[in-house]
Amino acid sequence: MKLSRRELLTGLAAAGAAAAVPSPAEARDRKVAEAGSVGMLYDSTLCIGCRACVVKCKEANQLPQDRATLNGAPYDAPPDLNGTTKNVIKLAAAGGRSAFMKSQCMHCVDPACVSVCMIGALAKNASTGIVTYDKDGCVGCRYCQVACPFNVPKFNWDKAAPQIVKCELCRHRGEPKKPGVRQIADPACCEVCPRGAVVYGKRSDLLQEAQRRLKTQPDRYEAKVYGDQDAGGTQVLYLTAKGVPFRALGLPDVGDEAAPALSESISHGIYYGMVAPVALFGAALLTIRKNRKQADEEGA
Amino acid sequence: MSHPKPTPVGGKLLTPFFGVLLLFWALGTAAGTVRFLQGLGAASAMNDGYPWGIWIAVDVVVGTALGSGGFAVALLVYILNRGKFHPLVRPALLTSALGYTAGATAIVFDVGRYWNLWKVPLAYNGRYNWTSGLLEVALCVMAYTAVLWVEISPAFLERWKEQPGPLQGLARFALPLVEKAFPVVLAFGVVLPAMHQSTLGSLFLVSVTKLHKLWHTPFLPALFLVSCVGMGYAAVVVESVFSARAFRRPLETRMLSDLAGIMAGLTAVFLGLRLVDIVLRGRLGLAFALDFHALVFWLEVALAAVAAGMLWTSRGTRDAGALLRGAFAVMAAGGLYRVDVYLTAFDPGNGWRYFPSVGEILVTLGIVAVETMVYIYIVRKYPILAGAPAPAGGRA
Repeated sequence: MKLSRRELLTGLAAAGAAAAVPSPAEARDRKVAEAGSVGMLYDSTLCIGCRACVVKCKEANQLPQDRATLNGAPYDAPPDLNGTTKNVIKLAAAGGRSAFMKSQCMHCVDPACVSVCMIGALAKNASTGIVTYDKDGCVGCRYCQVACPFNVPKFNWDKAAPQIVKCELCRHRGEPKKPGVRQIADPACCEVCPRGAVVYGKRSDLLQEAQRRLKTQPDRYEAKVYGDQDAGGTQVLYLTAKGVPFRALGLPDVGDEAAPALSESISHGIYYGMVAPVALFGAALLTIRKNRKQADEEGA
Repeated sequence: MSHPKPTPVGGKLLTPFFGVLLLFWALGTAAGTVRFLQGLGAASAMNDGYPWGIWIAVDVVVGTALGSGGFAVALLVYILNRGKFHPLVRPALLTSALGYTAGATAIVFDVGRYWNLWKVPLAYNGRYNWTSGLLEVALCVMAYTAVLWVEISPAFLERWKEQPGPLQGLARFALPLVEKAFPVVLAFGVVLPAMHQSTLGSLFLVSVTKLHKLWHTPFLPALFLVSCVGMGYAAVVVESVFSARAFRRPLETRMLSDLAGIMAGLTAVFLGLRLVDIVLRGRLGLAFALDFHALVFWLEVALAAVAAGMLWTSRGTRDAGALLRGAFAVMAAGGLYRVDVYLTAFDPGNGWRYFPSVGEILVTLGIVAVETMVYIYIVRKYPILAGAPAPAGGRA
């Protein structure tokens, strides 16, 4: 097969263009929660802000206290999620009202952190859906922090050997001798909550329970379960009091599509079957060889 | 071909300028020591909201774009067969090899768990996560840095071949191999940068809610790719003009002013793509929002427009000063666009703020200082720059 230079250059330009221009044809299917997915349901209207869950989380995950001095007395008072805090209770204000808000990893159905993690240090368990962290596969690049729409993964900025710190749903506390879903994981926060404001269970059961509450007490709640669809769905679900929008609690309007749905579609379009890079390589090699031969002939 | 052959510049290494570079190296090393002993927080202003600072945005993302000279000149000489630009190849490849090596060095300072870096190319636990754009960037940058050093290796091998010693045998053995493999190596030198320079833009596709809507677009990879080629040529122009002055080499103004038209065209394409994308996706209103981001956006647009205009008018004039100003404008426009995507237009919310710390700036300057010292050493000792040797040594 003999190619003219014009044909080669056209091919090269086309391959280059294909490598840089998104192809919407490769749009990815929406991911759905596995049947065995576990998660939590947090009902802001039930939370009294006792912070028992914050203390128990630190104990269960062997995290150091986050000391703050208030009026001369020391408190273990983490202001937010950080390198020593995987779960926190904050006060949210909306208009004249206030409400408590619990933050931890949302365990997304289609997590951005897992999508961007280079060698799978962050991974989503195929059956339970728990987003897990393995420090041995982590280089500390912090792309997970850039990608997470909820700003959940935290980093040990003050350590020479830092790690990413985030809730793993106390999967290390799951034991075969425990009943039901607590064989898989057993979140310490849910165990100690005196009001049942946060409960652990199968995501499908929790979603059903949340919808039941909305139906039976429509005047008590904003008519939405946050996490049902938000960010492509999360395994931690939220209910909020009527008049206190989820945004006021600190849950962002991220839309119903998971962020990786867009980024992966575009990247997969560009690199579909590695056709564009291989074509670009082939066209470049042929052109370089041809030009070189021509130069040699002219030089001889 | 009647080009003057590349020859070593020669001359004394330890000049006052070199002394200043050594000082910056020492300061950068001091700041780097704090970072490695006490953690990233002790030396940098990075935080959980802005986990990437200037070491990524400037050293890696702007640095490798400026290091795209090797890619850009190779496209021109070996693909488009414009042999007249051949004297630019070696200096461009050397600056690229050094620029990419500097970027790779910055990554070692930046990542928290650098001792795990070897696990990335070796697919720790057999798990390459191919949905990660950063994995592709990491693998491509590692491979391309190696490709660049192979591309520039004839400059070293030719020199070693002439001198008796242990390296002579190596040079005699390796030089024919490198020459034989050159077309394949060059082809990789085209594909790898096209891949990772575009992917450096793709990295922020996932930040749908954090990246400002004037910057978040499916065309991020295309915009990053187009602008890196122009920035690569600009870096070649700046490097040529400075080297000619510093080492008293003849300045190839005719050749460089031919690059002016190419750079003007690329900058115009970039600007066109950027504006058409914003208009077609109905986001133009945000540019008139009279806020900080709109101001930064117009600054970017103005810089690119000025760069394109300056270069278009300087094409064919052989005015080295005008060319240099135009090249700096292209670098500034492309650099600002990159820093905006990575930092300025990125807002994680919750009141997070970032401005680089003294430690971060010192490490960045230290890396650039070492890069410059190695460049000076190599052009003095090895055949990189075209033209006759300077009579009494250079000034650099």
